[in-house]
Amino acid sequence: MDIFKIIDDFQKIDGDAAGRLEYATRRHFMNRIGSKIASAAIPTAFASIVNKAYAQSAAAVDVLNYALTLEYLEDEFYKAGNAAANLIPASDKAIFTQIGKHETQHVAFLVKALGTKAIAKPTFDFQYGGAFGDVFTNYKTFVTVSSALEDTGVRAYKGQAGALLADPQILEYALQVHSVEARHAAVVRRLGATVLANAAMKGWITGNAGAVPAIYAGEDNMTQGGVNLKGLASKSDAAVTEAFDEPLTKEAVLAIAGPFIKK
Amino acid sequence: MNKIIKTKSNSENKEEEITSVVNRRLFLRSAGLATSLGTIVISACTTDDHDPDPQIPGTGDTVELGSGDVGVLNYAYALEQLEAAFYTQVIATPYAGMTDAERTILTDIRDHEIIHRDFFKAALGNGAIKGLTPNFSAIDFNSRTAVLGAAKLFEDTGVAAYNGAGKLIKNGDYLLLAGKIVSVEARHASVIRDLLNPKSADFAGDDIVDNNGFDKAVAPADILTAVKGYVKDTISGANVGK
Repeated sequence: MDIFKIIDDFQKIDGDAAGRLEYATRRHFMNRIGSKIASAAIPTAFASIVNKAYAQSAAAVDVLNYALTLEYLEDEFYKAGNAAANLIPASDKAIFTQIGKHETQHVAFLVKALGTKAIAKPTFDFQYGGAFGDVFTNYKTFVTVSSALEDTGVRAYKGQAGALLADPQILEYALQVHSVEARHAAVVRRLGATVLANAAMKGWITGNAGAVPAIYAGEDNMTQGGVNLKGLASKSDAAVTEAFDEPLTKEAVLAIAGPFIKK
Repeated sequence: MNKIIKTKSNSENKEEEITSVVNRRLFLRSAGLATSLGTIVISACTTDDHDPDPQIPGTGDTVELGSGDVGVLNYAYALEQLEAAFYTQVIATPYAGMTDAERTILTDIRDHEIIHRDFFKAALGNGAIKGLTPNFSAIDFNSRTAVLGAAKLFEDTGVAAYNGAGKLIKNGDYLLLAGKIVSVEARHASVIRDLLNPKSADFAGDDIVDNNGFDKAVAPADILTAVKGYVKDTISGANVGK
């Protein structure tokens, strides 16, 4: 552990990063350098350098705010759903309570990490301009929208991984949230198989099948690493497409999420 | 590689062709990797006498995963080999009382893991580690609880491994590939956990997701220690991502 080299590196990376990220970063840095050093007093100036340098790139701030938009959407959705009377059956409450808890935690983390750079919470229209008018009164619609949001979330995070190559720690956080969204998606899809009487709805995505075509567009991709995997290990096309989840661009995600967002 | 093709049967030739195509496209795409690839291929050629077929593995050797991105991909390949072998056994010798629904799920997962394994094998080409020898002697394949418990462990470990390896990957294409696979592993973990404790919070339980709503991210060294008991070979991942 060479503190001076780290400071030097941060200053090099930091450049004009002053004012970018003000919060949370000190705690993260302490986690990274270990409890021994973290427990010692760190000069304010040093902490300040760390704070400014932590989420150094403008690209990372963009990604985090994009993630925050989606997490706000999910968080508000589950808050409303979990609070709605006679919507979620008692048997399924534990699942949606747990999902809602995670979305609230994701929002809290992102708000803290972004500090003054965090976007304001948008106003949402969960009826999606009328398409899901009964989303908080009809459990089938609620499960449909929930699975759609989770599957979109998985694709959205995946689509940003490359943009975080230069920010390894933020990349790791994003991956840690990404897999939680995938856990959510799978369990809601399992519920959907029963609630929506759709036996073909498994925990994983088969081909490009799904209630909202735009959300599953491209999930039937058979080509990985530049090579068509058709027939690999004599497995079906369905299995090949299930084995790989596909990313979505920010533009595609925002087009999907757009009607949920009033402003 | 020509030498290998000549020594293979016709059916294996096809596989080698796929291997070489993937190898070229995936690995030679990055000029930055070309140098290290040369080293990897050369050193891998010295181990041609190992049968690359995971079904006829070697025994008890030390397996060096390699360095840089190739090391990360071999690390993933090693874990996928274990998962594929595990679920192959699960379906070959089903536990008592396996329902049709459970068999469908476990067969799907087996197929996904085999696809992941064979994809990495093809992608790595001559840089791939050999087929590992799993050791599942501690798992009672007749017991639903034991099998699903082991499945939960393997899936959660897989998720934590990919999450922890992401930041070690230098090439964006490989990072995306890892991302495409890790979310499928997380879906598996969620479903297995839901089979064990249906409609509970366990699919993303507090035992695995922290107070920030984060899944685990674990470094290769710790993952390799965790899976040590399930593989007969000694796996060295000291240079993975370096």
